[in-house]
Amino acid sequence: MSILIDKNTKVITQGITGATGLFHAQGARDYGTQMVGGVTPGKGGTSVDGFPIFNTVEDAVKETGATASVIYVPPIGSADAIMEAVDAGIELVICITEGVPVLDMVKVRKYMEGRNSRLIGPNCPGVITPGQCKIGIMPGYIHKPGPVGVVSRSGTLTYEAVWQLTSRDIGQSTCVGIGGDPVNGTSHLDVMKMFEADPDTKSVIMIGEIGGDAEEEAAAYVRDHMTKPVAAFIAGATAPAGKRMGHAGAIISGGKGDAASKKAFLAECGISVAESPAEMADALLKIWTP
Amino acid sequence: MNIHEYQAKAILRNFGVPVPDGHVVYNSNSARDWARRLGEGPWAVKAQIHAGGRGKGGGVKIAKSADDVRQFAKDMFGMTLVTHQTGPEGKIVKRVLVESASNIADEFYVSFLVDRVTDRVTLMASAEGGMDIEEVAAKTPEKIFFEAVDPVVGLTAFQARKVAFKLGLALPQVKQAVPLFLNLYKAFVETDCSLLEINPMILTAEGDLLCIDAKLNLDDNALFRHLRIRDLRDYDEEDPMEIEASQYDLSYIALDGNIGCMVNGAGLAMATMDIIKHTGGEPANFLDVGGGATIERVTEAFKIILSDDKVKGILVNIFGGIMKCDVIATGIIEAAKQVGVNIPLVVRLEGTNVEKGRKLLAESGLNIVSAEGMADAAEKIVKAVNG
Repeated sequence: MSILIDKNTKVITQGITGATGLFHAQGARDYGTQMVGGVTPGKGGTSVDGFPIFNTVEDAVKETGATASVIYVPPIGSADAIMEAVDAGIELVICITEGVPVLDMVKVRKYMEGRNSRLIGPNCPGVITPGQCKIGIMPGYIHKPGPVGVVSRSGTLTYEAVWQLTSRDIGQSTCVGIGGDPVNGTSHLDVMKMFEADPDTKSVIMIGEIGGDAEEEAAAYVRDHMTKPVAAFIAGATAPAGKRMGHAGAIISGGKGDAASKKAFLAECGISVAESPAEMADALLKIWTP
Repeated sequence: MNIHEYQAKAILRNFGVPVPDGHVVYNSNSARDWARRLGEGPWAVKAQIHAGGRGKGGGVKIAKSADDVRQFAKDMFGMTLVTHQTGPEGKIVKRVLVESASNIADEFYVSFLVDRVTDRVTLMASAEGGMDIEEVAAKTPEKIFFEAVDPVVGLTAFQARKVAFKLGLALPQVKQAVPLFLNLYKAFVETDCSLLEINPMILTAEGDLLCIDAKLNLDDNALFRHLRIRDLRDYDEEDPMEIEASQYDLSYIALDGNIGCMVNGAGLAMATMDIIKHTGGEPANFLDVGGGATIERVTEAFKIILSDDKVKGILVNIFGGIMKCDVIATGIIEAAKQVGVNIPLVVRLEGTNVEKGRKLLAESGLNIVSAEGMADAAEKIVKAVNG
């Protein structure tokens, strides 16, 4: 097993005729993912490199039975693309696009209330269940099937953690990049709950960044409910404070958000915190033996 | 993107928000002329820089005569204003706002922002106006009131009324506060703000509510649909290297250390700075070259890093991802040759064809040190720079 996606997941690509969309659709298909088609309004009925194209997500779902969608649509149309996928009953919507206006995401979150879809992203690398299904822009070959769940806000830093695991011959159950934007579809906490419920995930690496309090929220869950060992790294200990958002942003999260306070709280919750990004896998191995 | 106070006030005025009459000036004579045109004094003379805390640094003065307005403005033009938000180097004053001053009976704090916990735009207000609101939040959080806004219906009159009553306003002022808050929300949404802060909103001796300071942060991701607001960007307020970098889609922030960093991805870039510090070095910058580390972008990145005289060594940390390491290595070698890198250069590559990439670096004839893993890379560059 795994979380979110596996070898049976059928995936469509929204924005498949763009260079980025097509490139990554091909990459995912090469990895073994069931990439069953794509959506580009106005190009329905045609195909590109063997992928059938549809005008609407609704048509694509009807014809292909897709349950997941990956979005490479530019920022101006990203929110609309997400809502179209949700409306068509897609269970898992993954938005890779970087630069979506935050108020668009506020509307999307409202739109999704009471509906059954889960959104990952935006501004994220995607999700991979190694050996089974890759949806997104991550390089497939650095991954290896195994017992460690990985959840992260960042792209390349996730690859770094995965690579540290794979180099030590430790595989991953599922790796989820939730994205770096302030308003997104899925939080660290959501993914942590899924890892706890997944029998094939035996331990977890959580990668966070400064700002907000999503890492603290997940850590409190780890402290109160999680039976599996968790290691973590928080990036941004050296980031200049003045570059963050002004007064009001810091207040509403209750003064939380800097790396030192995050690390301290995570450690209090029983999480093995890596002091250096080179030690993410080692921090996990301190408290868990594969 | 940040804009100046006078620009923020002009936007708010268009949305029907009460702000003082005023005008921006670029020299002291026109400061005096505008003071006379605005009517009888007193006047507020306010230095326009992108930072708060201007009053304490001498950037805000109340003038009783038009000649005082001229003198205060004259003192401000060209001065380096240092506040707790500018950093020690401060900012040079090039624009001054002259406006009618008011008799202040009471002060309040009002702001709108996107709350990442509720995923909603939130109205935040306090009767502790004019104070450092972070201090209020830390010491007396019960004195700050919140209302989360439903994005479909927008801020409602009852929510605005609730907050107005909580602020202790009397009925005539509650009746002013409701449209004021609704118009602030409208301005927030229609200009795609990430933060709109009024500190303070005042009650005048005459019984009117007035927003005498205003700070607007615009969502950079939404500027594509606000071209006239995008034109308000004041390049004088930004680091020239950061502007240069943004033209090549490089994300660059200058820091105080001596080790230049070039990394792909924001998270890995932050983590690279962290590990340099952890190893005993000091990063000179944050630099994210983005997904495609092409020769052109790597070349520009080298140029920007090297233009900082403090830089005594460079660490390149690229996790290949989709791009192959031999291609990236070729890019780094070409760029290093073009730019002429004469200081220690440590390169850590990971990804497809990593062996080929390392071989290319080793055989390039350039003084490039290859590293395996982030810890090794950090140790090598710190040793090269610190000796």
